[in-house]
Amino acid sequence: MKMKLTFWKLVFLALMAAGFYATVVRFTRGLGASTNLNDQFPWGIWISFDVLCGVMLAAGGFTLTAAVHIFHIKRLESIVRPTVLTAFLGYLLVCVALMYDLGKPYNIWHPLIMRNPHSVMFEVAYCVMLYTTVLALEFSPIVLERFNLQRPIKVIRGILIPLVICGVILSTLHQSSLGTLYLIMPEKLHPLWYSPLLPVFFFISAIAVGLAMTIFESSLSSKHFGRQLELPILQELGRVLVVVLSVYGILRFEDLFHRDVLKLMLRPGYEMYLFWLEVTLAVILPLLLLSQRKLRTSPGGLYLAAVSVVLGFITNRMNVSITGMESSAGSHYIPRWTELAVTGAIIASGFALFGLAVKYLPIFPEEEHRPKPRVEREPSVPGVPVLGHAGD
Amino acid sequence: MSKALLYDATMCIGCKQCEQACAEQNKLPYTDTIAAEERQSEHKFTCVLTKGDKFMRRLCMNCQEPACASVCPVGALTKTAAGPVTYDANKCMGCRYCMVACPFGVPKYEWNKLLPKVQKCTMCPDRVASGKPTACAEICPTGATKFGERDDLINEAQQRIRENPGKYVNHIYGLNEVGGTSVLLLSGAPFEEFGYHDGLSNDPLPMLTYHVLSRIPDFVPLGGMLLGGVWWITHRREEVALAERTAEKRDDEQHGRQR
Repeated sequence: MKMKLTFWKLVFLALMAAGFYATVVRFTRGLGASTNLNDQFPWGIWISFDVLCGVMLAAGGFTLTAAVHIFHIKRLESIVRPTVLTAFLGYLLVCVALMYDLGKPYNIWHPLIMRNPHSVMFEVAYCVMLYTTVLALEFSPIVLERFNLQRPIKVIRGILIPLVICGVILSTLHQSSLGTLYLIMPEKLHPLWYSPLLPVFFFISAIAVGLAMTIFESSLSSKHFGRQLELPILQELGRVLVVVLSVYGILRFEDLFHRDVLKLMLRPGYEMYLFWLEVTLAVILPLLLLSQRKLRTSPGGLYLAAVSVVLGFITNRMNVSITGMESSAGSHYIPRWTELAVTGAIIASGFALFGLAVKYLPIFPEEEHRPKPRVEREPSVPGVPVLGHAGD
Repeated sequence: MSKALLYDATMCIGCKQCEQACAEQNKLPYTDTIAAEERQSEHKFTCVLTKGDKFMRRLCMNCQEPACASVCPVGALTKTAAGPVTYDANKCMGCRYCMVACPFGVPKYEWNKLLPKVQKCTMCPDRVASGKPTACAEICPTGATKFGERDDLINEAQQRIRENPGKYVNHIYGLNEVGGTSVLLLSGAPFEEFGYHDGLSNDPLPMLTYHVLSRIPDFVPLGGMLLGGVWWITHRREEVALAERTAEKRDDEQHGRQR
């Protein structure tokens, strides 16, 4: 355990050091020196991974708050807090990544006053901004509880349901809008990915990834923070995941059929391989795994399926934003190491911040903690977990 | 009453004076090396492509319904009534969606500057506003690039095709492409040879995203009501269940006492 911890700390420090160097290059010498972006490829990995995937990976927040607070699936309550924490951190890190990618990051506030309602990017900007605020409010009781500030907790509790509804609507809007971004380039995006249904695909896959990330994260937390695994909950999420993935898979292939591009799936080439990688990881493999009763009910099987879904849809977002654009751009894009370093540092800080939050804030229900060696825990403030119970 | 440019490739002699005039107008450097570059870039807004004895200009098409202006979240790019699609660098935050969205790949970026701008031909908006032709049209010695009312130029282009059978490809590029552009092209050789896509839709691209975006005002209240309704039902169900449980308990207690 101790060895492992120092190893990961070393990895973390290495990533942060590389990220720091890349940050200096980015902000002293500009995008040209720090990225492999060019006029043919104006959007690279900072948009593909940090923004498109980042927002998608944080989708557990709205999926789970909706399930627990709107649909009253109370069994899922114990994992709402870590999921909201992940979502909140995810969106904060998306905003950080945007500061790297924007040519003039100090103008990031411009959409606030310079509105263009015809722009999908404008809508995404507003939704992400508002939803990050919603997430901050949804997350705030955890911090307030830590300092035992009852009055503001009561206020948040009072507005929790409208807050959750706002969160779900805002998420629906911008998760799908990230797909809508690409609707305006029918002649640029490869037909395996360009579809009028892009917003629908982006939205459904966000739900799938939200569920998968929750399984993934609960499994990791049980390993690293010495928590019991909430197996029945994960099994339930797994069952819903099967439904969501099936709907997505059917729609995806039906869409290819209707647009008469099924034949492209078999035309050997760079696009075909990455298409199959995406579909296998995102839909086929997890559905095969989850169709086995033994795997569907075991922590290992669920974990594997969840990881596959996450990797598959990361591939999907990269395919839409990079693979699918390469043939029309007439060039390949391979990120420069400084681009990867920034992304690596952002991911690393996400993990680190999650760890810190778990250490210092009442993220997991207290009674489920096994006593942990070495780490001294503050006795948590007694009382019901606010996010779980408010609104009852 | 919007202005436009008509470029007739069959009249072009490849002198590249338009390139030089454009550079002067936009205060960009113009040297022999730059003159030899046959592509648009952040320091060259128009270029004359040479293929044997055939020429073709490339410049911003200044679309009637530009994708770039539609996607810009801060409205830094604007289609003016007079025709030009202008750019305000002070508004721009550098998201580069315009570059991704443009069907002609026109907007270029100053990648090597710390505070980069998007760069493209803006059809000399100041000159056009004061009734003057664009710099490239004014300098053109053969009249290959002509400035005028868009409708008049379309008539003239149609007439040239009609009166010179066999000389032109029977197509005015920009008449209908992506809803029409303020730059119209005539050519003796297929446009594809010079990188102009043939298969572009005649519908304006901004409609593709606007169809989706325009549903949001309906979606928000509907979604809110739906989710609120679901919450109300589940919440009510829970309240009823709780009330029934307490009622049962009370009944049990009373029965117990009676017995």
